[in-house]
Amino acid sequence: MTANQVVFLVLAAIAGLAAVGVVAFGNNPVRAALLLVLNFFVLGFIYFTLGAQLLGISQIMVYAGAIMVLFLFVIMMLQLHQRSPIVEGREGRGVLAWLFGLALAVVVFASVIVPLMSVSGSPIGDEYGTPQSVGRVLFTTYVLPFEIASVLLLIGIVGSILLAKRRL
Amino acid sequence: MIREQPIPTIDWLTLAPMTTVVVAGLVALFIEMFRPKQSNGPIVTVSVVGLALAGALTLAQFGMEPGPTFAGMMVRDQVGLVLQLLLIGVCLLTFLFSDPYLREKKIAFAEFYQLALWSTAGGMIMVSTTNMLMLFLGLEVLSIALYCMAGMDRKQAKSQESAIKYFLLGAFASAFLLMGIAYIYGPTGSLDLGGIAMIAAMPESGYLTMAVFGVGMLLVGLMFKAALVPFHQWAPDVYQGAPTNVTAFMAAASKVAAIGALARVLSASGALQEFWLPALFWVAIATMVVGNFAALVQKDVKRTLGYSSIANAGYVLVALLAHVKKPDQVPLTTALFFLVVYCLMTVGSFAVVSLAAKGGEEGTRFQDLHGLWKRAPFAVGCLIVFVASLIGIPPTAGFFAKLFIFQDALSTGLVPLAIVLAVTSAVSVYYYLGIIQATFVSDEGARKTVSANPSFGLNLVCLFCALAVLVVSLAAAPVSQWLRGSTQLPGEAQARSELQLDSGGRVGAR
Repeated sequence: MTANQVVFLVLAAIAGLAAVGVVAFGNNPVRAALLLVLNFFVLGFIYFTLGAQLLGISQIMVYAGAIMVLFLFVIMMLQLHQRSPIVEGREGRGVLAWLFGLALAVVVFASVIVPLMSVSGSPIGDEYGTPQSVGRVLFTTYVLPFEIASVLLLIGIVGSILLAKRRL
Repeated sequence: MIREQPIPTIDWLTLAPMTTVVVAGLVALFIEMFRPKQSNGPIVTVSVVGLALAGALTLAQFGMEPGPTFAGMMVRDQVGLVLQLLLIGVCLLTFLFSDPYLREKKIAFAEFYQLALWSTAGGMIMVSTTNMLMLFLGLEVLSIALYCMAGMDRKQAKSQESAIKYFLLGAFASAFLLMGIAYIYGPTGSLDLGGIAMIAAMPESGYLTMAVFGVGMLLVGLMFKAALVPFHQWAPDVYQGAPTNVTAFMAAASKVAAIGALARVLSASGALQEFWLPALFWVAIATMVVGNFAALVQKDVKRTLGYSSIANAGYVLVALLAHVKKPDQVPLTTALFFLVVYCLMTVGSFAVVSLAAKGGEEGTRFQDLHGLWKRAPFAVGCLIVFVASLIGIPPTAGFFAKLFIFQDALSTGLVPLAIVLAVTSAVSVYYYLGIIQATFVSDEGARKTVSANPSFGLNLVCLFCALAVLVVSLAAAPVSQWLRGSTQLPGEAQARSELQLDSGGRVGAR
């Protein structure tokens, strides 16, 4: 086992456990959100080990930093832990959910993990994922999607005002 | 060190209609900013002018050399142009009757117009791109604007429920779509749909299972948007709760965009059809059966029309399957023709239903339509045309649309689908006639029903849709001739040739 694999396995184990914890602590939103921060943080490190520097930086800054802090603020201000706003209906769906979830997990494992087992080495160049190369691609080939994403953000702003502003 | 990235060649005309619609939304936003809380007249005017301009720019491109632009981000081809024009038309028709309706409901927020314009632009992206990143962004632009518009009636619990249901399930579906994209990007290193065919062409690479799984996930995401069974549960609730003009827009625009994208994904993954064709075959049957039979027991007009739109999605899926099975023999024309007719009927019927709103109240149960015949004879007359077309009674366009699909299904050996289509269409007569019957029942009983006076815009929409449904049917042959030439999606062939194999047997576009 190489050092790379050890590092990856440790990070992956933390990320996986944190992700399970997010769901397992579903009745305590603050705890779940904090575990989600941990998950995002570790994912950022996995990106670093894969050479995707910019992705790792933005993962930590944007997701673990900005978005999750916002989540925590919202959770604390709304006091969501009092009761669940969504009432669950008929019983027995839980079993179905487990069945479908397990089936999906098996399909994912069979279709992804198995073919990837045989892959060795990386066909990716040195400059892949550096801020410079991402920047270049972002403002040449991918400038149109970049602009569309800005329209998407604008929709988010206008839409949230439409839904939430006290007096329109 | 760092390679120089070439600036992609840009054909501005291909981008022009979508850009125009986005900019019209921005201008409308600025108008609202400078003169808030006044009449929406100027905003509607700007939006309509912008849409008309975008429509003209789309029309100008018919007959031009098809091909991708901006490194394959957008594609100009006949299918994309027809669907873009259709989306622009749907938005325009919705706007014409929206303002009086929103004022009756006392929710005349100008933000509706901007969101609807941007939503249209998102749909336009979806129907004319072969790039999965653009597909995803287009879908999100379309959907997020729709979630907000569905919850626009903030005082009504139903509207809120509609928005939250649509949002939660929509986000779930988006996750599936993203996962599918990742699975196709993984082995190919390319975000273009052409990558699917590349993997399929070399099964020894070991990535075939990944590609099949990826395509499956993509299809789940898009089938949700198109409200195909078993991903349809959101549709009736959302259609019922959203304001009626939003429902009209949603039912037409999001279906067109989703079916357009679905057509591209299915065509691109034609080589893998041995895997997904059996699945979609059953999806089509389930959609037609569930949509039509569930509609029988509904007591709400908007829910009934919601189930009817599910059933219609099933019909158009049959057309898509027939096309993908034998692309040389069956053109995509049938599906396009059906979508055009579907939009006219749907927007028209919802426009008439929107008359039920008056003074902040709106009832959409069947008994709330009682007596509408007396108060709005013209609108109800048009409603009869739409319903006749939805049922598929000759000589309306709906008859020809279904007939073409029936023929396609028979000629490609999808006989069971053709039979289910015919039988479920016969079943649908019952609930469609129920809508008409409700408008003719006298309202002199215990409950007095109210309805708004039909505005000029609403009458215009009804007149246009009804005339179009009749004229398109008289001219069914030339119209489908005009839509022809769209037999293939030329973007794929082009994009595919740009891909090449690298030494490791990995398919790459780098």
